[in-house]
Parts: sequence; structure tokens; C-alpha cells
Amino acid sequence: MPPDPSSIVCPVSTADAEVITLGHGGGGGLTRSLIEGMFLPAFADPALEARLDAGMVDLGDARLAFTTDTYVVSPPFFAGGDIGMLAVHGTVNDLAACAARPLFMSVGLILEEGFPMSSLRRVVESLAREAAAVGMRIVAGDTKVVERGKGDGIFVSASGIGLVQVDPRPGPDRIEEGDAILVSGDIGRHGVAVLATREGLAFETEIESDTAPLWDLVQALLDAGIELRCMRDPTRGGAATALVEIAEMAQCTIELDEPAVPVEPQVQGACELLGLDPLYVACEGRMLFVIPPGQASAALAGIRSHPLGRSGAVIGRVGERGTARVLMRSSIGSTRIIDLLSGEQLPRIC
Amino acid sequence: MCLALPGLLLEMRGDDPLTTVGRVSFNGIVREVSLGFLPEARIGDYVVVHAGIALSVVDAEEAARVFRELGLLGEAAS
Amino acid sequence: MKYVDEYRTADAAKRYAEAIARAVTRPWTIMEVCGGQTHAIVRFGLDQMLPPGLSLLHGPGCPVCVTPAAAIDQAIAVAMTPGAILCSFGDMVRVPGTGGSLLDARARGGDVRVLYSPLDALAVARAAPEREVVFFAVGFETTAPATAMLVLQAERAGLRNLSLLVSHVLVPPAIEAILAAPDNRVQGFLAAGHVCTVMGVEAYGPIARNRRVPIVVTGFEPLDLLQGIHMCVRQLEAGRCEVENQYSRTVRPEGNPAARRAVDTVFEIVTVSWRGIGAIAQSGLALSRDYTAFDARGRFALQKPIAAEDPICIAGDVLRGRRLPHQCPAYAVRCTPDHPLGAPMVSSEGACAAYFRYRDGAAAARAVQG
Repeated sequence: MPPDPSSIVCPVSTADAEVITLGHGGGGGLTRSLIEGMFLPAFADPALEARLDAGMVDLGDARLAFTTDTYVVSPPFFAGGDIGMLAVHGTVNDLAACAARPLFMSVGLILEEGFPMSSLRRVVESLAREAAAVGMRIVAGDTKVVERGKGDGIFVSASGIGLVQVDPRPGPDRIEEGDAILVSGDIGRHGVAVLATREGLAFETEIESDTAPLWDLVQALLDAGIELRCMRDPTRGGAATALVEIAEMAQCTIELDEPAVPVEPQVQGACELLGLDPLYVACEGRMLFVIPPGQASAALAGIRSHPLGRSGAVIGRVGERGTARVLMRSSIGSTRIIDLLSGEQLPRIC
Repeated sequence: MCLALPGLLLEMRGDDPLTTVGRVSFNGIVREVSLGFLPEARIGDYVVVHAGIALSVVDAEEAARVFRELGLLGEAAS
Repeated sequence: MKYVDEYRTADAAKRYAEAIARAVTRPWTIMEVCGGQTHAIVRFGLDQMLPPGLSLLHGPGCPVCVTPAAAIDQAIAVAMTPGAILCSFGDMVRVPGTGGSLLDARARGGDVRVLYSPLDALAVARAAPEREVVFFAVGFETTAPATAMLVLQAERAGLRNLSLLVSHVLVPPAIEAILAAPDNRVQGFLAAGHVCTVMGVEAYGPIARNRRVPIVVTGFEPLDLLQGIHMCVRQLEAGRCEVENQYSRTVRPEGNPAARRAVDTVFEIVTVSWRGIGAIAQSGLALSRDYTAFDARGRFALQKPIAAEDPICIAGDVLRGRRLPHQCPAYAVRCTPDHPLGAPMVSSEGACAAYFRYRDGAAAARAVQG
């Protein structure tokens, strides 16, 4: 006997957030609700409200880019990198996305009681080496130790200051219909390299994190006369989230070509296995560029000739203005919407 | 429901049927998988894996069927 | 990726879509039972490639969507028990019970772990012998063998700190319930290929004959789905009501005998309640008498709470293929993946979330009008 349709009701969620959940840090819709609902109104500053990777402020004749980020990656050491490298690269890339030469950086360390001194030394050596490699000075720091169980070994908080090299500055307001969208390399390696180490998901892979500092690559494009209209560093939430944010800030349609998006076979394998979409998996050494169509091939050649851009590609174009959305043409020719993820991307089994 | 993926069986280990495991490669991502329900699996087979359990061996002959029938459809239409 | 990428090519998909259009002479309504198929259909926009008049309805085949809120509440109660570790699948931990989800429970201090395989719970239990480890086992016939394997290996290893909250459900009884409804609109089924990988195809013969409905066992890639639809349409046009197997590269007629034996050993068939649908006779699995020692309900004092439900949400109709997600007054207004009212909006495989994620309201409306 089938159930009586009138008895069919749907369970209501009481999940209106009263406490912070992991999803609030996932970079998707919940993160945005925090930023828009709490932070932006509270701090109310035009540099912050521009929602770029770094805030840009004028100081005398100089235009500075100022960024801050906190690194909580678990585990702190993973294939291809560690939390110290991430902190420097993340700072450099946020500044590079504003066409700013990285100059100064601060480092705050939150250490858990019992964290091995040898591990701390490795992280500090990474911080020093990677900062020196891009000519960035670490000029301020702080150390705190929390009781055992109140941290996850080590957290790193980093801020950076850079000098913006171009005028007008890059930003979503400069995007025009027809612009080309490029990515500096294949996506999702960092997220897969970290996932591979998680309890309960563990798998073997040769994939290493893509973590890398991209100022040199950006500078090479600037030196080549490429007009970098907008850049974004796709970290949490992956390329999809970064592109949705660009589309929303520029109030434009972004059209992506799924087969053109570079994804390493092993990254695809991990994503198929766990039911993830590589477009949402984090990168730490990739840049998205919006470039005038006439310069797309020159820009691509410039990206690919750089050691950090060998797998770069043109992945789409900017469509009509007025509607903020990202459309992706799939491998079978159909079109779908790309939106922000809700919460963190979890492996699905079903 | 039921995300399952074909992968290449690289190695097999164990002599107890219940706890026999294999190393299966999904485009180079390698995961240990239970072969407890797939005693007929052999190294070099593509096995369909769901939730860490191999459930079926992909039949290479049948795998081409979707394309064979597409060919027949084309002939019928022309 | 072998056996994946070749089934996602534009040219072959277009030719199958053309063949379907040639075969269709009048309106038909086909249901894909499985949430994984719904996900692929919406993600690849397959329904947009179909001729006008050929409608796809999305069935109840998202296992986390049909897991009762009461079962989730029990899992949360376990997770909040001092010393306990609750393990489940990634898509399960986001679905709300009556008082939040397992992720919310984790935020409140519960030890909730996401596993890829039920067998990974063995390692969790071995690594924490002083703690009680509970695996929250959900899913259809495809997943039941993995749970059975966990029980058999835990028994073999003599693991005393591992138990299960079992909430497995079965597909054929749900198909029967949909067909038996007085307002049923479904004329043909795409049956879930991976369920049949385990169970084979025999259960569908009587349904096809008695209910006069074609059933095509279908895979999950775009070409599989288009071929399955084509096979189903041809049966409908010819007036045939047979069980056909599109997914023959993976599904044997007898299924997987070893997996079926293990499921028969560890579980017994019981009547269970489906979220949004209600009780369906003989449609679920519970641990059999020999394995009740592994039942977490016996180890923890678990109460059965009464679910508070939102009357505006039409999840039940969506799960049974009566209405499409955007026909719900709450869809994309009060109900979004960030603030779901119903389970189909929560799981990435749920029909409502798939709609929300892969198309905007206007495109969805066009698809319905067309």
C-alpha cells in the first residue's frame, strides 16, 4: 500500500548557524555570508569593500597592496610543500594578483604545546628561503603557544605589503566583454595532495602540491606589455569560486570551456573516485588572468614559457555585461551553471 | 546513488578470500580495495569499485557496445 | 580515464540524442531512479538534449536524502556521547536531522569522521581501542555489501569496540511503491546500474511484467544515460515491457553472488521509513539475529525523536517524481544549499541541489515548459 500523499512532509533544517561550522571557512557561500553579513558592514572601508586579493591604499605617491591570511593546513607537511611555503606563497600571490611587487611580510606563529622543535625549524627555514627567493623581507613576527589539544600543531598567520606596479590597477571593474580568461596551469593539485594524507581517505599518488610564488610570472607578463585587466589567485574553493567572484564583482557572464580547463590525470582520478569537482579543488600556485582578446595568444605564450606556467591555457571568455554568472560548456556540448559551493567540498560516496 | 569507478587492478594480496585486497589504480591514484566479493578478478582487469569494495570486472567486449549500437543507428538513419 | 572519458564525447552524445528524437512519436515520461544518474543528467545537461514531450522524472535514489531524520538524530546522539567516534560518508554528514547535521554535531564537539570506505572504520577502531566506534551505514544495495564486509571482518578480528547504525534501503520496493500510487505518471524506468552490479536484474522481471513498464538497467556516464533512454523509448514506442541491460559491461544478470551471499548473511529485510515518503513494506535492511551484537542501538541509549517538518517543502513529491524541484514554492527562495529545508537540497546528489547548482531558475522553467 503506497503511503498517503497528504502525509508527505519535508523535514525542516534547524541549521541556521548559531555556531561556526567548518563550512564557514570553506570559501564558498557560508564564508561569503560571514564576510557580507558581518565583516564588511563592521569594518566599512572602501579598500576592503573592493574585495580584491589584497586591499589597495595610497600612501603619498605610492600605491600599496596589503594582504593578510592565516594558514591552518593539516597536516603541516605534505607532498610538494609545507605550511611555511604556503604562507609565503599565499602572501606573494595575493599581492601579485594586484600587480604588486612583494616587499615586506610579517609572520605570526601559533604553536601547540608538544609540537616538535625540528618541525618548527623546517617551517621557519621554508619561510626564510621562500621569502628570500622572491626578494621579500620578513620584518615582524609573533609567537604564541597554546595548550595541548587547543591547536593542530602549528598555525601560521601572515601579512604582506607590496608596491602596485601598474596604473590603472587591475580589478574586476576593468573587465570588458570579449576578454580572454587564462589559467597559469593545471588545477586542483594542492587540494588532492592534501586530501591524499587524510585519515579515512588515504590513497597513494605522485601528485605534489602546486604551491609556488607567482610574482615572477606576473612580472614577466607585465614586462611583455600584457594588459592584465584582472587577476585572481584561486585557493580555497578552487577556480570555480574565484571565477564566480570575478563575475559577481564585474557583473558579467563568464563562459568556460570545460575540455580546455587543464586537469592532471591523477587529479581527475582522485576527483572521480571521491565524487569531487576539480573546478572546486584548491590550488596554491595558480593565477587566473583576464586579458584583452587581442593579447590572449601573446599572454599564453608568455605564461607557458615560464617554468611555473607550462600547463597554462585559455579556458574561456567574458560574455555579456549585466548578468553575473559563470557558464560552462561541457565535454558533450551542453551548458551548465557554475556556482559557489555550499560549505566545504566533501567526498561523496553515493 | 552509489558512486562507483572502474580502476586497473595492479596487485593482489592475501590468501583468505574474505580479506583479499588489491591495489587499484584510478588514473594513477592508487587505493587499496577489498577483493573479497570478486574472487574472479585478475591482475590487469578493470574492476568497478564502490566504497572501497570491488564489485564487478569490466567486460571489455561489452564496453564497446554503446559505440557499436551507435554505428548501427547511423546506418539505419542514412 | 579508461571507461570514463570515452563515454563523455560530444559527437556520440549528439548522435544518440538525434536517434532518441527520431524514435519518439508521442509524449513519454521516464524516471531515472538513481541520484547519481540525476546528478549526471543535470551536470551534463542531458535533459536539454531530449526532444519536447520526452520528460525525465527524478526518482528517490539519493540514499542520504531518504535516510530518516530520526536515524540522523540517533547518529548525532552517538557522536555527542563522550568517548564515542561516529564515522560515515561525506555526503551523509551534511544532511540535517531534526536538530542539525552531523557536521553541526562536530562543531559542537562531537567526534565525527568522514570515511571513503566502511572498511576504514576497522582502522579507526583498532587505533582507539578504549573508545566506541560506530559506523553510520546508509545506502542502497550497492553499499550494503561494503557494510556486510565491515561486519564480517570485525567479527573475524574480534573487534569489540565497533558497532553499526544501519539504515540501508532497497530499490525494487520503492519502484513498486511509485508504480502503485494512484497518480503515477512514470511509464518507463532507468534502473540504477550499480545496484544491479550487486543484485543482478532478476528482481525487475516481475515488476516489468506485472506493471507493464519497461525497465532499462543503465550506467552513469552521459552516453550510458542517452543509450538507456533510447532503449527505453524504443520499448515504449513498440509497446514492449521488458528488462533490458544497457550497462552490460559491468552488470551481470546474476549480479555479484558473493556480495549477495554476504548481505543475506549479515542482514534481514525489514519494513523501514523513507524520509519524505513514509514507510514502505520490506524495503530496508537491519542486522540479522546472528549479528545484533554489532547493533549500536543496543550499546547506546538512543531515543526515537519525532521529526518536525516544514509543510512548505515538497521533498516527498520530488523524491517520488511527482514534481520537479523548482516547482516548490521554497526552491531557491527559502530553501538553498546553505539553508536547506529538505534533504534533496542538502546532498550534492539530491535533485533539488543538483538543479540549484547546475542551472538557474529561468533555465529550469524553460525546461519544464518545453
